Amino acid sequence: MDSSEAIYDGLKDAEIDFIVSSSCIDLSKLIDMIDEDDEIIHVQATREEEGIGICAGAYLGGKRPTILMENSGLGNSINALKSLMELYEFPLLIIMSHRGSEGEKDVSHVPMGESTPRILEAMDFKFFRPGNAEAGYNDVRLGWELSEEEGKPVSILLDNKYW
Amino acid sequence: MRYEAIDEIMKSIDEELVICNIGFASRELYEINDRSKNFYMLGSNGLASSIGLGLALTKPYEKVVIIDDAKSLLRNMGSLVTVFENNPANMTWIVIDNSSGLEILDLVDIAKSVGFKNSYNFEEIDLKEVMDSTDASFIVYRTEAGDSSAPLIDLDPITIKERFMKSI
Repeated sequence: MDSSEAIYDGLKDAEIDFIVSSSCIDLSKLIDMIDEDDEIIHVQATREEEGIGICAGAYLGGKRPTILMENSGLGNSINALKSLMELYEFPLLIIMSHRGSEGEKDVSHVPMGESTPRILEAMDFKFFRPGNAEAGYNDVRLGWELSEEEGKPVSILLDNKYW
Repeated sequence: MRYEAIDEIMKSIDEELVICNIGFASRELYEINDRSKNFYMLGSNGLASSIGLGLALTKPYEKVVIIDDAKSLLRNMGSLVTVFENNPANMTWIVIDNSSGLEILDLVDIAKSVGFKNSYNFEEIDLKEVMDSTDASFIVYRTEAGDSSAPLIDLDPITIKERFMKSI
C-alpha cells in the first residue's frame, strides 16, 4: 500500500469531508488526491492557526474536519488548539508530517522536530505514530473516533521514515 | 462606541448566523441581543473570520455574518486572502474599528486591493442589501473608542457551541 494512499483511504473511511491544508512537500501527493475529490471541501490556509479556525467553523456547520500540516505549523497553532478547539470541545484530526525526525536532511527542521512529540504530550493531546502504511490507514480511522470521543484534537504524526 | 455599532448591526439581523469576536464585542452582543444563532468566540483572538469562513463554506444556504475588530484582523491578515479566494457569497465580514490607532490603514482599500468586489464603509451601505450579494462582503464600521459595562458571558463554551449547532 502506498503511504499517501493509506492516509487518504483512512480519511475516506472516517468520512472526513472537510480538509484544510498548508503546503508541505511530504503531504503534496495526499493534498493533490484530496483536491481532486468532489466529496471533500478543500481549503488552503495561509497559516496553520488560521486553518484551525476554519476547521472549527466547518464542524459548527456539521462537517468532519481535518487539517494537514507540517509540524512547524503546530508551533503557530498552539493557542487556537487549546483556546478554541479544546475549550469548546471541537473534534479535529491533524495529519502532521514530522520533519526533523530521524533521517532528516534539512537541519532547519531539527529543533522543532525533536520537541514535537513532547509538545503534544505537554498539551495533553493524544497522537499516533504509524510505522508503515497499513498502520497509517488504521490510525487515521481510530484517530478521528478518539477525537470525537474526547472532544480534543488528535494527531497522526508521520515521521520521515513513514514515507 | 462599539456597543452602539453592534446594536446598529443587529437591527439588520434576522435568521443570520453571527460569529462574534473575542472579549467586549461578544460581551456587548450578548447583552444587546443574545440568541442561539450567535457564536461567541472566547479564546482565539484573530480567528473570527476563519471560523466564519469554515461555516459559510459548509452551509452555503445560511447567511453568515462576522463581527470582527480591526486589531484582531491584523493578527490574521492572511484570512483576507483565504476568504477572497473562496469567495463565499453567504459571508459578510464586518470589522469594527473603534479608534484603535489604525486609522493610518484604509482597510476598505486593502480589501479592494486583495480583490473583494464588495468592500465598503458601513455608513455607505444598506447592510441587508449587501448580505444578499453574490460575492463575499467586507465592511468596515468606524466608531469611537470605549467599552461598555457589559458583564462576562455566563454561558459555558460547550453550551454556546451546542445551542448554536442545534439552531442551524
